[in-house]
Amino acid sequence: MHEYSLMTALMDRVEEEAGAHRALAVHRVRVRIGELSGVEPDLLDAAFAIVRDGTICARATLEIERVAARWECSRCRRPLDPGERLNCAACGAPAALAAGDEILLGQIELEVP
Amino acid sequence: MCETCGCGDPHMVSVEIQERILSVNDRAAAHNREHFAAHGVLAINLMGSPGSGKTAVLEATARAFTGRCRVAAIAGDLETDRDAERLRTAGIPARAITTGSACHLDASMVHHALHHESLHGARLLFIENVGNLVCPAVYDLGQAFNVVALSVTEGEDKPLKYPVMFRKADLVLVTKTDLLPHLDVRAGAIDEALGRVMPEPAVFHLSARSGDGLGRWFNWLEDQLKARGGPDAGHPAHGHHHG
Repeated sequence: MHEYSLMTALMDRVEEEAGAHRALAVHRVRVRIGELSGVEPDLLDAAFAIVRDGTICARATLEIERVAARWECSRCRRPLDPGERLNCAACGAPAALAAGDEILLGQIELEVP
Repeated sequence: MCETCGCGDPHMVSVEIQERILSVNDRAAAHNREHFAAHGVLAINLMGSPGSGKTAVLEATARAFTGRCRVAAIAGDLETDRDAERLRTAGIPARAITTGSACHLDASMVHHALHHESLHGARLLFIENVGNLVCPAVYDLGQAFNVVALSVTEGEDKPLKYPVMFRKADLVLVTKTDLLPHLDVRAGAIDEALGRVMPEPAVFHLSARSGDGLGRWFNWLEDQLKARGGPDAGHPAHGHHHG
């Protein structure tokens, strides 16, 4: 379960940012997770519940925005239907992933003095 | 004031970060990649399920490249250094990374292994990842290519079930093809499934046991080595000072 090690990396970054702002607490952590990122949002959530205890995120909410996979032709930009072969039926060029591989820390909300 | 919901609370600030959660790993991977480029090392991240035949492919490759090019390997496993031992028996220096409970290798584990002097002088470096069709795909190690071993015994639909791994693959080795006569698996159906998860499928079918198809894989490696150019005996010793 790599979600736990991802969460540890996320917490390090959040704590660094909270420290830079001399925050008293973190209220919200917003992340974006793509459908084809290899990260399971439910497992990430479960890891957060374990990792946040006793940290500046103890009372924080984790908001996970799920991003659907979106493929398009790398040449003619035609969007592909889900399950379609990943080369363009119109021009034959390989498809490119336009969205859906994100593993992003978006924003955090901090309580400051 | 709170910029998010406009509640006017003076003690709330919203901080925009928009950064990859794995940025620390990404930086370590970039460091490894620079090192490989500087020393003319072709680094291959070999992934696949447990039992997909990764080590057997590397044993055959090690034997074939003896005397042609210096090959070395780093082998990741939860426990034991059996794979590294098999590769040493096949004639190449190999270091084991035992990850304990971690289901994948990350760039800093590879970086530490690179400091080991038994890997010095290699031109072709294989990083045999932990047997797992999910987690290793998430971590960049600094490799030039991701190669995924998929054995015919795993069935025709594995690419559709694990699209993340196959999307990250530059090349798929369909292994154990000598077993096809004993299975209700069609090699063509595996290719068809790969075409639905890889935009530019590159697939070689082979059997490390019979030797069938290994030539195309060896030629592919030779082409990549040539494309990298540089001296045949590289200097991948990772001796440097960390500031």
